[in-house]
Amino acid sequence: MRRFLSEFVESIRIASEQLVAHKTRALLTMLGVIIGVLAVTMMGTAMNGIDKGVRQSLDVVGSDVYFVARHSWEQADDAWRHLKNRPAIRDIESDRINEIISETEDSNLYRAAPDVYWWPQGDVKTKDRSVANVQTRGTDENFEFINNAQIGEGRFFSELEESNARGVVVLGYDVAEALFPYESAIGKTVRVKGIEVEVVGVFERMGSFFGLMSYDNFALVPLKWLRKHYQWEMHTMIRVKIAPDADREEARYELIGAMRRIHKQVAEEEDNFAINSTDSMEEEMSTIKNVLSVAGFGITGLSLFVGAIGIMNITFVSVKERTREIGTRRAIGARRSSIIIQFLMEAVSVCVVGGIIGLAIAYAGKLGIEKIWPDFPFVYSIGLIVMGMTASVVVGVFSGIIPAFMASRLDPATALRHE
Amino acid sequence: MIQPYKGVGEPLIDIGRVEKFYDLGKANTVRALDGVDLKIYPNDYVAIMGPSGSGKSTLMNMLGCLDTPTGGQYYFEGEDVAEMDDNELAFIRNQKIGFVFQSFNLLARASTLRNVELPLVYAGIPKWERQEKAYSACEKVGLGDRVDHKPNELSGGQRQRVAVARALVNDPSILLADEPTGNLDSKTGAEIMELFDELHSLGNTIILVTHEEDIAAHAHRLIRLRDGKIEVDQVNPGRG
Repeated sequence: MRRFLSEFVESIRIASEQLVAHKTRALLTMLGVIIGVLAVTMMGTAMNGIDKGVRQSLDVVGSDVYFVARHSWEQADDAWRHLKNRPAIRDIESDRINEIISETEDSNLYRAAPDVYWWPQGDVKTKDRSVANVQTRGTDENFEFINNAQIGEGRFFSELEESNARGVVVLGYDVAEALFPYESAIGKTVRVKGIEVEVVGVFERMGSFFGLMSYDNFALVPLKWLRKHYQWEMHTMIRVKIAPDADREEARYELIGAMRRIHKQVAEEEDNFAINSTDSMEEEMSTIKNVLSVAGFGITGLSLFVGAIGIMNITFVSVKERTREIGTRRAIGARRSSIIIQFLMEAVSVCVVGGIIGLAIAYAGKLGIEKIWPDFPFVYSIGLIVMGMTASVVVGVFSGIIPAFMASRLDPATALRHE
Repeated sequence: MIQPYKGVGEPLIDIGRVEKFYDLGKANTVRALDGVDLKIYPNDYVAIMGPSGSGKSTLMNMLGCLDTPTGGQYYFEGEDVAEMDDNELAFIRNQKIGFVFQSFNLLARASTLRNVELPLVYAGIPKWERQEKAYSACEKVGLGDRVDHKPNELSGGQRQRVAVARALVNDPSILLADEPTGNLDSKTGAEIMELFDELHSLGNTIILVTHEEDIAAHAHRLIRLRDGKIEVDQVNPGRG
C-alpha cells in the first residue's frame, strides 16, 4: 500500500513534468477533451433551456387553454387535404362558443376569445421611437380573462371599444418600455402599422423563451378595428379556456360538440376544425429534446472519442520516446504495475487538465452570455463539473490503458538497449 | 600462469549450465550463452570481458535479473531466480542489485537527489527517509554539494557518480556496471574506477562488464567469455 502510494505520487509528479515539458503537444492533445467537455456544457444548457422555455411558455399561454383552428398543429402530413376542404374559422364563432357556454349548465368551458395574428409583423412607433417586428394581434374583451398574464398598468379594452372598432391598443411590456422609457404609456398615441391608436393598457412582463424570443413583444388591438384596417384573409384562431376544476378531456369533448353545432355538421361527418392544446407543444418540445439529447450525446461522445484517440496516440509516442527510461526504471525496481500507473496517470492528467480548461472556458462563456442575454438559461452546476471531470478521467483511462499496458510488457533488457 | 579463482564464503550468485538461446527462426538459433557455470562471492570484484557477440551483455542481463535463462539454474542468495515471477524479479532488482549503465540513464528533468531517490520510490520508502538515504548516497560518491543539479548541469563524470549513488542507495548485494567508463574520457574514467575500488574496499561486491583492459585491470577476478562460454575464470593477472 505504501509502495503503491509513493509510486502514485511519483507518477503524478512525472505526469506534471511531462505536461510542462511538452506544453504545445499537451494542449493540442487536450483539444478533443476540451471540446468534449464544452459539448457536455452546451448539451446541458440546451436541455435546461428547453425545459425552462416550455415551462415558461406554458405559463404564458396557460395549459388550460384549447385553440380552435382550421387545422391541427400535429397532423402535418395531411394538413393540406384538411385545409382545402375545411371552412375557415370566422371571428363570430368565438361569440357563438361563448353563447353555448352560457346556455350550458355546469359547462366545462369557461370563456372563448378570438385571436388573429396580423401578418407580417409590423412596427409600433411614436414620434421619436420605434419598435420593429411587433406581433400585432386582434382579439376581443374576453381575452383578458383567458390570458394568464395580467395587465400591469391601465386596463384591457372594453366590449364597446371592440364592437365599435375603436383605435385602442394594449401593449406588451417590452414594447411599452421601448416606446416610453421614462413615462407611462397610458393615454399616449402610438402608430400601429402606421395607424394612430391610443394605448389603454400595458401587460406585466412575462420574460422570454431561451432568453432570445421575448414574450412581451406584442400589441393587442380590437379585432373589429384590425378587420377594418386590414381586409386580407387572416386565419382566425379561437382560444377557449376551460372552467376551473373541469376535466380536460370532458372540456375537449364539449368544445368539439359546440364547434360541430356551430359548423352545423351532421353526425357521421368528420370534424372540419381542429382542437389544439399546449400538450402537443409539450410533446413536440420533448421530441426536440430527445433528438437534441441523442445528438448531444453523439457529439459529446464523438469528440471525447476523437480526443481519446489523440491522447492514445500521444501516449504511444511518449512510450516510444521513453523506452530507455522505462528500461531504466524496470532495472532499478519498477514493477509492471508501476509502469502502467505511470503512463495511465500521464494520459489521465492530460485529460483532467483538458477537462478543467473546458470547464473554465464554459464558465467564461457563461459569464459572457449572461452579459448579453441575461435570461439565457445557461447551466453551470456542480453536477456538470462532476460530469465533465468524470468524463475526462474515463477518457484518460480509456486512452491510456493500452499504451500503458504495452509499456509495461516491454522487456527490460531490450528497452535498455533502445536508442 | 593462470591462477584459478577461489571465492570465499557462500556464493551470492550461483548459476549452473545457464543457456540463453535466441530463436531467429528456421533452424537459426543464436546461442548467446551456452552452458555457463559461475559463482559470485561476497566482496568479489569481477571484470567480465570478451569480444562483442561473446555473450557478455546477455550474461550481464541474466545476472541482473533483467532477463531469464532458457536453460540451466540460477540461484541468487540461495533463491531460485528461474522460478520467480515478474514482481519478485523487480524486487530483487530493486533491493539486491545496483545497476550502473554506460550512458548513465538518468532522468533528464530530475535533480540529482530525485534521481538517486528513485529506487527507494519503488521500494515504498517514505519521502523523508528517501531523501535522507539519497543524500548520504550522494555524499558517498562525492556529490554532496550537487544534489539540486539536473543532469545537464553536471559533467559526464558527475553524471556517472549520480548513477553510482542511485545504484548504491538501496544497499544492494551486488553492483553491476556495464561499461561504466564507456562514455567518459580516460581521466574521468579513471576517477570513476577509483570510486569503484573504494566501494570494493568498503565491502561491496562489484561486477564490471568491459572491453577495456586497463578498466578490467582494477578487478581482482577476470572472466573472459567467447561464443557464449566462459573461456577463462582466473585471479586477475593484469592487476597492478
